[in-house]
Amino acid sequence: MSIATDTSTPGLAGGAGGPLLGLRGITKTFGAVQALNGVDLDVPAGQITALVGDNGAGKSTLIKTVSGIWAPSDGVISWEGRPVEVHTPRDADDLGIATVYQDLALCDNLDIVQNMFLGHELLTRRLLDEATMEKTAKQTLADLSVTTVQSVRQPVGSLSGGQRQSVAVARAVMRDAKLVIMDEPTAALGVSQTAQVLDLIHRLGERGIAVLVISHNLTDVFEVADRIAVLYLGRLVSSGPIADYDTQRTVELITTGGSSTRSDGNGTGNGTAESKD
Amino acid sequence: MTTQQTPPPATPTDGPEPSPAAGATHRRSAVAPGAVSLDLAAQAPELSNSVGEYLRAWVKRIRSGESGLLPVVGGLLILGIIFQVKSHYFLTAGNLTNLLVQGAVFVLLGMAEIWVLLLGEIDLSIGYVAGIGGVVTAILAAPPDNFPWWAAILIALAVTAAIGALQGALVILLGLPSFIVTLAGLLGWEGVLLYLVNGHGTGGTIRLSNSVLLDLSNGNLSPVASWVVMVAGVAAFGAVTILRDRHRRVSGLVAPPMAVSVAKVVLVAVAGVGLVLITNVNRSVIGNLRGLPYVVLIILGFLAAWTFVLGRTRFGRYVYAIGGNPEATRRAGVSLGWNRLWAFTLTGLTAGAAGILYTSRLGSISNNIDGGTLVLYAVAAAVIGGTSLFGGRGRMVHALLGGLVIATIYNGMGLIGLAADYQYMLTALVLLAAVTADALARRGRAKA
Repeated sequence: MSIATDTSTPGLAGGAGGPLLGLRGITKTFGAVQALNGVDLDVPAGQITALVGDNGAGKSTLIKTVSGIWAPSDGVISWEGRPVEVHTPRDADDLGIATVYQDLALCDNLDIVQNMFLGHELLTRRLLDEATMEKTAKQTLADLSVTTVQSVRQPVGSLSGGQRQSVAVARAVMRDAKLVIMDEPTAALGVSQTAQVLDLIHRLGERGIAVLVISHNLTDVFEVADRIAVLYLGRLVSSGPIADYDTQRTVELITTGGSSTRSDGNGTGNGTAESKD
Repeated sequence: MTTQQTPPPATPTDGPEPSPAAGATHRRSAVAPGAVSLDLAAQAPELSNSVGEYLRAWVKRIRSGESGLLPVVGGLLILGIIFQVKSHYFLTAGNLTNLLVQGAVFVLLGMAEIWVLLLGEIDLSIGYVAGIGGVVTAILAAPPDNFPWWAAILIALAVTAAIGALQGALVILLGLPSFIVTLAGLLGWEGVLLYLVNGHGTGGTIRLSNSVLLDLSNGNLSPVASWVVMVAGVAAFGAVTILRDRHRRVSGLVAPPMAVSVAKVVLVAVAGVGLVLITNVNRSVIGNLRGLPYVVLIILGFLAAWTFVLGRTRFGRYVYAIGGNPEATRRAGVSLGWNRLWAFTLTGLTAGAAGILYTSRLGSISNNIDGGTLVLYAVAAAVIGGTSLFGGRGRMVHALLGGLVIATIYNGMGLIGLAADYQYMLTALVLLAAVTADALARRGRAKA
């Protein structure tokens, strides 16, 4: 039943094989609370997928499942067509899934280079290879056109919100991530810095990196995303190319789960219809 | 800062109408790179090309709250001037050398404390852990065991490292606050110390008789050897500094201007020459007492080794990272447990070494060692030097400078005939001044 949501989309997702990341029937319960209920979602390679939904819809729960913070209660995660187990952040990292958390997970007391290589320091003769790390960090930032940072040796605590976001993203890119997951990347940013970050997301797409971005801000979503997926009360109620959606429809899906157009009480059955709009 | 108003929040109703039609048109025009260029006050001075630029960046950094070692060095100078005015004996070679030897224990205990302070933890037990290091050394080196001096030291250091590891394991595995675990240690290890000393059956005091052990704090290099060691040390420091800069330049990275590096080496050379000139003066009224005390070399050895571990190894990097943001460090795939355990272990080990130096200086260890005061001096030394109590910020050299401040007060107050009451009060004021300076600097940094 809920598979219908996805079977409708592969044709639109670009024909280059299956999706990069495939979720099937992902369920997560915390005691009596069911945070995710049989979520099926495909994230195609090289595209920007926006995950939207109201507070408590399960967006953060879903990305934490994919990034190894906790295991799903039920369901299958497949990566490049193969089923995989993601138990720890390290597992996700090894697959090529990098997550940029809302709180950015940076150490304010360390500088940009140290943060970008945290947990993956380069060594020569068992000692830190600062010169190579600094060069690589600079190159990565330059590749992403992050030019607002004066020195890669300044502590991250002295950076602006947009710059911190850039550092967190650059860290993911530097490790050859194939999928970058971003949780509310623009939530705390001003106008120009939001533009910076959206620009950065575009460049990730141009480099063939898939992006799964959670956002509350539909302006940003429509500006940056190739595809959209809507969560409502732990269920994926709709997903498809962004061209099939407009703000009004998306708002309706977010707030009501699309119940006004639903024929059955299930909510997932109509995903097919919506994707074909 | 260029932070503007937050964009309209995510209320679905006020999103502007996008064009849902073509995939290409919903791409917004690219923002020119560098459109939001920020002037960062806290720019690292290492990354300047000329001396003038370097100095300007340095001044800017101090203004923005990154005052570094300036306050503690200034404080040390002021204290020195005050005590010299009050007692002309203060700045004599004999007294300065004595001060270095007295300060050694505070410095080493401060270094021990910095390992856990960097993690954002605290260790209240190191005073008595140091005591146990001294007691174990003294017992093993004395009859009936008569261990060679090096074996006694190695076993004592292993014991105190194990104590550190045990306390660390309780903190890490059971999630207990380090404050409480090491408070229990403060009481418990004093009990163990009393048990060991009283059980030794020499009337509450264990004397050191091994000449090597006594020389650790009381012996000196010969004047010639002092010069040789000092020149070698300065040459090594100079080589490391210059080679590192050259390596950076060859790799195409910005390095400090050559003049600044040379000035740094010259400064260290001047300090080294001064140190040897002072310690090579005959400080004995009768006979001949000259040369650099071994204890100075031991302290500098620990300083170099621990600074190296903190600055150049993964483990050192993770200690800072855990102190800065443990959750971020965990998500980066770093094992918090093992790294924290090693830091606690090094705290125990360094404290043990301090205890051995303490015992060596007194020539004996007794059951009335005041480990409670020693640990407070250790924390004070680290904080006065500039290490943060909240984790992630600090360097081993802070313990050296902070420990010297405390030794200066201790020594100077004794010279001008003021007893412990004044000494404690002045130490308290200096500690408060150091913490206040840090807090004000932080406020400056937050504003900048």
